[in-house]
Amino acid sequence: MPTVHDWINNPLAVVDGLFAQSNSSPDWEKKVVEYFKEKLKLNDAHTWVPSLNDVPLYYLKPNSLVKFRCMVQDMFDPEFFMGVYETNDLTSNSKQVKCGKYKDITVGGVDFNSRNTVTSERQTFYCVPIPGESQWAKEISFIWCTSQARVVPSTSYVPNRHKRSYEEDDEMDTQPQHDVDMWGRPKRQETEAPSHDSSSAHCTSSLDLNFPLPGEKGPACLVKVYEDWDGFKLNDMLEVFGILSVDPALSVIADEREASSLLDPTEVTETVEEQRVHSPPPSLVPRLHMLYAQPLVHNNPLLPSSAPENNGDHLSSVLGELASVRAELHTYLTHVLMGDSLAAEYLILHLISNVYSRRDVLPLGKFTLNLSGCPHSSPYTEHLYKVIQQLVPSSYRLCMSLHNMNNQRMVPRKDYTANRLVSGTLQLANNTSLFLDETQLEQGQLDATGVRNITALGNLISWQKVDYDFNYHQMEFPCNINVLITSEGRSLLPSDSQVNLRPTLNPPNLEEYLSAVQVAQVPSQFNKYRIYLSGARALNYTISDEITKAVEEDFVEMRKDDPQSMSAEDLHRLLVVARLLSLSHGQNTLSRDGWMKAKQLEALRISRTQQQKSLSGNEP
Amino acid sequence: PSACISTSARLASRHHRPLPEASESASEDPLSPPSQRSRAHDTSTELQPMPTSPAMDTAAQDVSLFSSPMAPHLFYPVLQSEVDASSPLMYGTPSSRVEGTPRSGIRGTPARQRADLGSVRKAPQVDMHSDEQGAGQRLVIWGTDVNVGTCKEKFQRFLQQFTAPNSREEENAGLDLNEPLYMQKLDEISVVGEPVLNVNCSHIQTFDADLYRQLICYPQEVIPTFDMAVNELFFDRLPDSVLEHQIQVRPYSALKTRNMRALNPEDIDQLITISGMVIRTSQLIPEMQEAFFRCQVCVFNTRVEVDRGRIAEPAVCRNCNTTHSMALVHNRSAFSDKQMIKLQESPEDMPAGQTPHTTVVYAHNDLVDKVQPGDRINITGIYRAAPMRLNPRQSQVKSVYKTHIDVIHFRKTDEKRLHGLDEDGEQKLFTKERVAMLKELAAKPDVYERLSSALAPSIYEHEDIKKGILLQLFGGTRKDFTQTGRGNFRAEINILLCGDPGTSKSQLLQYVYNLVPRGQYTSGKGSSAVGLTAYVMKDPETRQLVLQTGALVLSDNGICCIDEFDKMSDNTRSVLHEVMEQQTLSIAKAGIICQLNARTSVLAAANPVESQWNPKKTTIENIQLPHTLLSRFDLIFLMLDPQDEAYDRRLAHHLVALYYQSEEQIEEEHLDMAVLKDYIAFARTSVHPRLSEEASQALIEAYVDMRKIGSGRGMVSAYPRQLESLIRLAEAHAKVRFSSKVESIDVEEAKRLHREALKQSATDPRTGFVDISILTTGMSATARKRKEEVAQALKKLIQSKGKTPAMKYQQLFDDLRGQSEAAITKDMFDEALRALADEDYLTVTGKTVRLL
Repeated sequence: MPTVHDWINNPLAVVDGLFAQSNSSPDWEKKVVEYFKEKLKLNDAHTWVPSLNDVPLYYLKPNSLVKFRCMVQDMFDPEFFMGVYETNDLTSNSKQVKCGKYKDITVGGVDFNSRNTVTSERQTFYCVPIPGESQWAKEISFIWCTSQARVVPSTSYVPNRHKRSYEEDDEMDTQPQHDVDMWGRPKRQETEAPSHDSSSAHCTSSLDLNFPLPGEKGPACLVKVYEDWDGFKLNDMLEVFGILSVDPALSVIADEREASSLLDPTEVTETVEEQRVHSPPPSLVPRLHMLYAQPLVHNNPLLPSSAPENNGDHLSSVLGELASVRAELHTYLTHVLMGDSLAAEYLILHLISNVYSRRDVLPLGKFTLNLSGCPHSSPYTEHLYKVIQQLVPSSYRLCMSLHNMNNQRMVPRKDYTANRLVSGTLQLANNTSLFLDETQLEQGQLDATGVRNITALGNLISWQKVDYDFNYHQMEFPCNINVLITSEGRSLLPSDSQVNLRPTLNPPNLEEYLSAVQVAQVPSQFNKYRIYLSGARALNYTISDEITKAVEEDFVEMRKDDPQSMSAEDLHRLLVVARLLSLSHGQNTLSRDGWMKAKQLEALRISRTQQQKSLSGNEP
Repeated sequence: PSACISTSARLASRHHRPLPEASESASEDPLSPPSQRSRAHDTSTELQPMPTSPAMDTAAQDVSLFSSPMAPHLFYPVLQSEVDASSPLMYGTPSSRVEGTPRSGIRGTPARQRADLGSVRKAPQVDMHSDEQGAGQRLVIWGTDVNVGTCKEKFQRFLQQFTAPNSREEENAGLDLNEPLYMQKLDEISVVGEPVLNVNCSHIQTFDADLYRQLICYPQEVIPTFDMAVNELFFDRLPDSVLEHQIQVRPYSALKTRNMRALNPEDIDQLITISGMVIRTSQLIPEMQEAFFRCQVCVFNTRVEVDRGRIAEPAVCRNCNTTHSMALVHNRSAFSDKQMIKLQESPEDMPAGQTPHTTVVYAHNDLVDKVQPGDRINITGIYRAAPMRLNPRQSQVKSVYKTHIDVIHFRKTDEKRLHGLDEDGEQKLFTKERVAMLKELAAKPDVYERLSSALAPSIYEHEDIKKGILLQLFGGTRKDFTQTGRGNFRAEINILLCGDPGTSKSQLLQYVYNLVPRGQYTSGKGSSAVGLTAYVMKDPETRQLVLQTGALVLSDNGICCIDEFDKMSDNTRSVLHEVMEQQTLSIAKAGIICQLNARTSVLAAANPVESQWNPKKTTIENIQLPHTLLSRFDLIFLMLDPQDEAYDRRLAHHLVALYYQSEEQIEEEHLDMAVLKDYIAFARTSVHPRLSEEASQALIEAYVDMRKIGSGRGMVSAYPRQLESLIRLAEAHAKVRFSSKVESIDVEEAKRLHREALKQSATDPRTGFVDISILTTGMSATARKRKEEVAQALKKLIQSKGKTPAMKYQQLFDDLRGQSEAAITKDMFDEALRALADEDYLTVTGKTVRLL
């Protein structure tokens, strides 16, 4: 397929061609965007495009079309560039009009005084791979992509990085093939692997790539946006299709510049730190000139990332047996939670919760779960996190140890010297599962940072927002993060719902037991769970007038008996539980039955909490 | 001394040049510096008259017989200049040194190079209609449509004729607004001696739209023309004035751009005004304006002007013809001051979910060090873009331009907040349609209800509380009684919400905090006195002491929301006493003693000490706050769970609706937050209601009535503070209606709301009557009465026992209980003992009571 190679391997030729045809009428820009959009739509063509997420940068051809699944971590200032410029070749004395769009560097001697110069504007986003993306999500999207591609363009790279990670993570969901890679080809000894790893290790030492979570890997990217950049928001998840630019000339070495900058007043605008951030070496931070970007509603590779309204259909078509999947998941989670079926029920509700709307300051649909009664300093919470990691596309476990609370940077902060937003652990994409492990917390002194971090976590849970620190003021960024807190007693953080874990099983060896539970699951089963969880979250939901009436009656009735037992806050929670319960059963609307079930569930939970209170006696 | 040599050498080097008689007529100047060619591609235009800012450049180069000091000196300026020039490092523009005497008149006053207008790029005029000779001839500056003569004339006419009778700008204070405004300013310049004329662009726009357009599009050419015009005019009028240098025109408030985000390539080289916050300032950068070269062979000196950062180094000595013998002498070169400033978008201008943009700004000469990081400023300047070279040795260039703004005028927007009272500086600009829309809304009879229901729609009912908060958002009218010694009257309304936990108090606070532009949200638990007020910090870089302001100062002119007010430490709370009545904050720390304005409304929320509100106790007993603080709240509301079926039903309906209504439905039902925001902002800045006669009478009656209620039962039911509250509330209500007069309906509502709040918070649980003294003294009048009664009964009891010097505590208690009809608690008994001990009647030691 030579055409495929053309627009993927040399997209700039297409751009230049369209530009030349245009005779300087400005609509060529639209044509370029349309052209690539059309191309990408055809027969899953977008899967042929190599992805920066999977293929190491040095295997990718410069100036070829690549894609990148990422989160917008920072937005730089817009920049003006030469959209059209004229070169003046002194030797032949010939003038030529050239297009500067989708390029970083001009070719030939530029005539700055030309009347043909067109100054255009573009915006730069600093993008990082989606923070906390689960290993399975990375692998499946990679397999998805390459297995369908008839060609692996521009590279002979056969990645088997994923193989290693299977072994490391002890995953059971795909059959490990020890001698053969995903395509059935013999496994090649990965000689490049160390260099790949060391390059990322190297970069963290010399250049902070500003990943929100510690220990993340993967390329960061400067994405140049040419159209409608106001439509993008910080922390948006995107799949960017763009032209890769890695010209070494883009890197600015600080000391070389210092020598030349003495008399040039245009050079003093940036500090050394700023230059390092804004012009990092392209071998570490490639530039990507965006042709097209697909906003991602979720990053679950098992579901199409298209508009959410189709997802309901997709879900029902893929999961005709939704009820059985739900039941299986429930059983699985019950096992994981040591036989506590109520906690498993609540965990499912928590996993499909989603802030679907905001009424003035009130986020609707959030469902923070506090699993209390987890043993202190035992590996149990760690195992629980691994289970959740297996189910959701992105997640992060935050150990709330004193050291972490006092030292970790959670709230992103603007660094004015380097002119960038220094990331923090709370800068997460939508629907990331944040696993707060309070069992790691000991008694001790919280310092100022610790107090700030606790406040930030509290705000995150109560209002689903994070106040980023801009030194002179704070700026509020709404977020949509599923927070799960595991604690011994009731958590010191607020939560929407507290479930006291009541194990019915007491296996002598916890680890053996848990791994046995996991092994019992067929790998394909995991994929069903994943589709189920992401799909149920995206369903629409309504309440009919009739049910509204019934709920009102019910509320009044409950208040009559004992006003203390049912406050407005309880009704809020009950409505959320009812919503999530209906969605978890694949129902689009609240039924009388669903309402009753929700009430029962809540009654069960509350009675358990009260029992716990009377048992321990010292609970507030 | 070197100074003499330098001056004479200088004179010698320039002798071969013709000395023009005057600089006012530039067209007679045949010289065009090399830099001029930059814009002149057609060599024939070289011979065209060269009109731009002649006073500036010709004077700078050629009138060099005498030099004048950099600052005006009273005696012997000529001699002084010799001394001044001897300074080895000559910071300052070359022009400021080489000017001559006499020290008055346009010819004598030195021009100062305007670095803010870019390098000395001069453009020749071209004849637009060169073919039709004669009357139709029209000279314009190359690349523009500016005719210098016409432009100058127009501007002079503007200066002479423009009046701004409705101007409310602070700068125009003290000027006669019916006389030509700028002529008065020129007079001011001659008195004050600061040769800067700030011109409001919107004035030019109303006077001559075409001139305004030219100013915006070609500031680099038009502003020097303005300079020329104003100097001619000035020295015509006041030929004897002495100025440091020629007057510079600094236009401000160009309407071109308000927001940094809206800057685009079309704005390059245009005059723009943007607002933002300073986030970083660089050190002073000496920028070379004129390079000084000396021949190594014959010691011949020459000067080369710096053109856009580049120096054309002379390759050959003009005197001895040696090649490459010229060496740069830094000490003798001329530098000007320059400073890089980073400006960040104001948080208010930002769309949600995006990070703020920043822009590089260069300040020149006397604008250097005018702003500090953290200042909110409006800047007017010229937007510039320059290509970036990748590497000086390569021809490849990055296809990106570097952009910056050369600032012409700074205007601090928050300066007045710390010092003055005027709110004009931060007046939000509304479009005419928006204002019309708001006024239409204000004309509706139920606007008050509409707005209060639009406030935090997700919180159910509590209508009076919402109304109270609405009035708080509008605030009263600010009054100044400084002359009579009373100081400022508080215009802000303070509200305290107390009640059961989980009654969405925090949510209400969050909502208010999000609604007002200058809101602050703190929690009593986490804030210290320092965090609330201000503290002094040493800047690690400059070692300067910096005053860091806390939540209360930051919310000046806004609302400070304090959650968990009861959890606040006493120390912290004590700060609030001053803020809530005097509206100031005094700081005496680390050598800084000052009083900051903190004209903030306080919206606080407190939980009862026992986890539930105890209806048998008074407000004070429930929340355990000092009454001195409570009396500073205008309205104290209880947010309780009303236990009533109809309410429950409505609440349930409201909540369920919250969970299934779509966004559109929600918006239809309520005014959206943006309208509410604008409505409040407009009312706060443009409506200043005053009490009408009728309203004053109503207020007096209301106050007298309030006093009467209590007097019958021996209680005081109103204090002057309550009257002040009533006035504030009535004013705020008038503001809601956009009415400039407080009328009796406003007083009615103020009375009603005040009564409602009192009913909730100051009802004596024992008698069921409203008793203001609960809030003002911390104890209801009946409670105080009863305390006295018990003490008297106890005294009688002791007296009846005869002469026993000591008694058992328990015995006495039992006796008293047996004797009294009413139940007497141990607390009451202790209180009575204490009261008697205070009278020096007895003392209590351990378990025995001794008579004295």
